[in-house]
Amino acid sequence: MKLLTPGTVLDGFEILECMHAGGMAHIYRVSYAANALGVRRDSEFPMAMKIPRMTAGDGAENIVSFEVELQIMPTLTGAHVPRFVAAGDLSRTPYLVMEYLPGQTLQTLIAQSEAMTPADMARIGAAMARAAHSLHRQNVCHLDLKPANVLIQADGRAVMLDFGLSCHAHYPDLLAEELRKAVGSPIWIAPEQVVGVRGDPRSDVFAIGVMLYQMATGETPFGEPATAGGLRQRLWMTPVPPRQHRPALPEWLQEIILKCLEPVAEQRYPSAAHLAFDLSHPGDVQITARGRQTQGAGFWHHFKRWLRAAGMQYQPSPLPTQQIDEVPIVMVALPYKDVSDATLYSLREAVQRSLGLRPEARLACVTVISPSETSSTQLDKSETNVHRWHLTRMKQWAEPLNLQGRHTSFHVLESGDVADALLAYAKGNGVNMIIMGAATHGLQMQRLVATVPIKVAMDAPCTVILVKQSLPFELLAHS
Amino acid sequence: MKLALLSDIHANWQALQACLTHAREQGANQFAFLGDLVGYGADPIAVVDQVMALQHLGAFVLKGNHDEMAVAPPQQDASLGASTADWTHRQLSATQLNFLNQLPLTASVQHLLLVHASADRPEKWRYVDSDRAASACLSAAAQLTPSTPHVLVGHVHHQALYYQGAGRGLMPFTPTTGVPVPVPLGRACVASVGSVGQPRDGDPRAMYAVYDLMTQRLAFHRIAYDHASAAAAIRAAGLPDFFASRLESGR
Repeated sequence: MKLLTPGTVLDGFEILECMHAGGMAHIYRVSYAANALGVRRDSEFPMAMKIPRMTAGDGAENIVSFEVELQIMPTLTGAHVPRFVAAGDLSRTPYLVMEYLPGQTLQTLIAQSEAMTPADMARIGAAMARAAHSLHRQNVCHLDLKPANVLIQADGRAVMLDFGLSCHAHYPDLLAEELRKAVGSPIWIAPEQVVGVRGDPRSDVFAIGVMLYQMATGETPFGEPATAGGLRQRLWMTPVPPRQHRPALPEWLQEIILKCLEPVAEQRYPSAAHLAFDLSHPGDVQITARGRQTQGAGFWHHFKRWLRAAGMQYQPSPLPTQQIDEVPIVMVALPYKDVSDATLYSLREAVQRSLGLRPEARLACVTVISPSETSSTQLDKSETNVHRWHLTRMKQWAEPLNLQGRHTSFHVLESGDVADALLAYAKGNGVNMIIMGAATHGLQMQRLVATVPIKVAMDAPCTVILVKQSLPFELLAHS
Repeated sequence: MKLALLSDIHANWQALQACLTHAREQGANQFAFLGDLVGYGADPIAVVDQVMALQHLGAFVLKGNHDEMAVAPPQQDASLGASTADWTHRQLSATQLNFLNQLPLTASVQHLLLVHASADRPEKWRYVDSDRAASACLSAAAQLTPSTPHVLVGHVHHQALYYQGAGRGLMPFTPTTGVPVPVPLGRACVASVGSVGQPRDGDPRAMYAVYDLMTQRLAFHRIAYDHASAAAAIRAAGLPDFFASRLESGR
């Protein structure tokens, strides 16, 4: 379609200006057009119209990704996608009107900033991971995440754009075909996408890993291959460790980046929420040789992987929501005063049972202390000392749990409102399950005011297990 | 128009009521019965009467292989399906048998082609149970409709959608219950709407679908109904117990 001039009216929308003329589409800023009486409807938010350059007559191939976006965009909700307004008839004038969001694309941010600090990278990476997880929870995999498609808002939130290559697990995948061709952008495409897998949320984790690598090193981990053989390289190759490019990068960041870039999806973060968790708690990242190395992998390592990759082929993906439900983030709220051994024992039992069959579930132990407990003047009540005391206590509590190799972390939150602090933590970290005691310790007021567990249970974004205390007989004898 | 698609009712009155009620709640304002109104089940009279009444109100009704068998029960055929054809034949009145006998094999509504089995020689009652069979069905349908056809079929007792992906052939897709799937104009597809009265996939709930021509969306539904009563009716009628227990297990 030809470029539209300002003032043109299309299906009740008036073109204000062309903001972007890309290879695939024009993007205009639009408003509602005035009606016959000259009255113009106000819109709740600024709007943008995307019109593909190709029309249905130009050949089916080019229009398909627009059709995919047309199907998926209206289904998406939440703070990480532009709001959908209207769509044009594909056979007449295809267009998509959506919310226009200010902010900078990650592409611009990377080009403009001289040197990002690891904290900046972690913040942007966590924002992207949270946005991706929000899509996955709606059974959509983006599958074309790249700096040009990520918009960073003034409040730090990431918004995902362009769903032309995305896959909605409840809809027929218009981009699928019997030959299982690679669909994606060569720099960021995940290994499984290269062999035609569409619909694995961990493909988006890989793309975020590539972007983190770019932010950290200024390089691309696998180049920009133009051939099918070149694309297949990422099925076995470990990229040059970021710290070989920039030795000053912290080990935790390299650990995170290389974990995202594992060729086999099972070895990456099991969900974007897990990635966001690590990026928001750098101190808790379990650093392995992967994070420490400053030399690339040797010939034999690559040769072994190459052999394994030769057998990698297409497999259908399960539902994204099903897949991420298998790898929950379980949070246990540990009280620290007026708490009986029986309660602590019962909480431990409940945690053990909840983690039970899910080897990739992650555990976050949280305790909320009142701000008055720490003091900047008294040494024994310094924040560091008080926090250390609580961390040690929680680790001792967790000792009897069988946590071999499982991601576990311990957090002390300071807040006057226990329920609010727990809820904010659960929301901010994509927690799937909160385990806490059923009774508020020692409070006679329980009958009169909504207790902490009730408040958490009512407002939580996830499942809440309220544990009643119980002790096995042999322990009762000693208490 | 919101068109409710009901196929393979198989004289299951309870399942039919549940689906019709659900369809009306969904805002369905038109009905299409894709054949096999009778056979296996215990209530052929009530089912045929109800479908005849709906036909007077404009519903589309097609003939299925079991309707054909009920009109002229095969004498030599020892198959299970044929064993109830004779019983069904004796239940139905001359008017009802005449109604079944005069049903067409296909019907067209805008770009939709409705048929009991495959559009590829409908009288052969071929199953549309693979992407290959769906492709054959689609090519035959393309001869019958001027625009890109959307073919809606029954007969296989499973819900599935075969759609045009990026490649040349049709791709199979398993629909999620209750989620309306986009079926855009100009993109061919073949949908198997499942069976109202005799599910066979291990889930006893009735199956049907609603095609919304305004929004170009097709929703596949599963509806719980009183299958115990339907099974009891089969036993009370003295029909083989297998047909009763099959409704309870959905096998």
